[in-house]
Amino acid sequence: MHVVYPAVVAALLFSIGVYGVLARRNTILVLMSVELMLNAVNLNLIAFDVWLRDVLHSGQVLTLFVIVIAAAEVGIGLAIVLAVFRTRKAIELDRLRDLGEP
Amino acid sequence: MSGVGFWPPSTLEVVFLLLGLVAVGSALMVVTTKQLVHAALWLVVCFGALAGCYLVLTAEFVAWVQVLIYVGAVVVLLLFGIMLTRAPIGRSDDLDSGNRVAAAVVAVATAGVLVSVVVGGFQHAYADLQPGAGSAETLGASIFRNWVLPFEALSVLLLAALIGAIVLSRTDIKGRG
Repeated sequence: MHVVYPAVVAALLFSIGVYGVLARRNTILVLMSVELMLNAVNLNLIAFDVWLRDVLHSGQVLTLFVIVIAAAEVGIGLAIVLAVFRTRKAIELDRLRDLGEP
Repeated sequence: MSGVGFWPPSTLEVVFLLLGLVAVGSALMVVTTKQLVHAALWLVVCFGALAGCYLVLTAEFVAWVQVLIYVGAVVVLLLFGIMLTRAPIGRSDDLDSGNRVAAAVVAVATAGVLVSVVVGGFQHAYADLQPGAGSAETLGASIFRNWVLPFEALSVLLLAALIGAIVLSRTDIKGRG
């Protein structure tokens, strides 16, 4: 397996995630795009772990850690989104402008 | 570095590229679809294809963890979020903000930079796939021999996140002020 293939797939996934974070205005869709970016990083970690044949398997172990952190992040993120929805009745990002410049 | 050419691609590479194509295509659907629930379902397709990619790369344990946690837990959590925020079920045309063009420009620039750097840097890198490097036995031994401290720290982090989510979403807890 050429390392270029997984690396290119991961780069494309990451840029799709960047597009989603910048272009979407629903907070939950932004969270989904963040997940896409994290998955791109995971694919890179796996590919380079397999390529370098690390004795400690750091790439794959780090992938598991990233998955766990992503789960925690989604939990906290959704709790924050729900709290915002309760107080503001909206989760569209461009309507939450209380701290923005007038 | 290695004498393996790009053509003809091996069977594994063809399978990987097909799975990668599915992953990238469904990721594109996630960020462009007009229906919120469909975005979550396309996310399932994307994560499943990525799990297949991990399987091809001999990381079988990570693949099953991906299926369990991402497809099983994270997407369900996101669907709960969609339902609880009373999002419109069905077509809605206002899911994209006004800076779509700028976002597309930034994303294309990112993709260009990353792909050109990666292709330039790892053109000749060749990973010889051998089964067994990612089995549960190998990874478990690695985690509990070499990575115990990060593992424990991570368990504390998960507990903190759990408590934080509970505190944030309960309404009957009043602050001191």
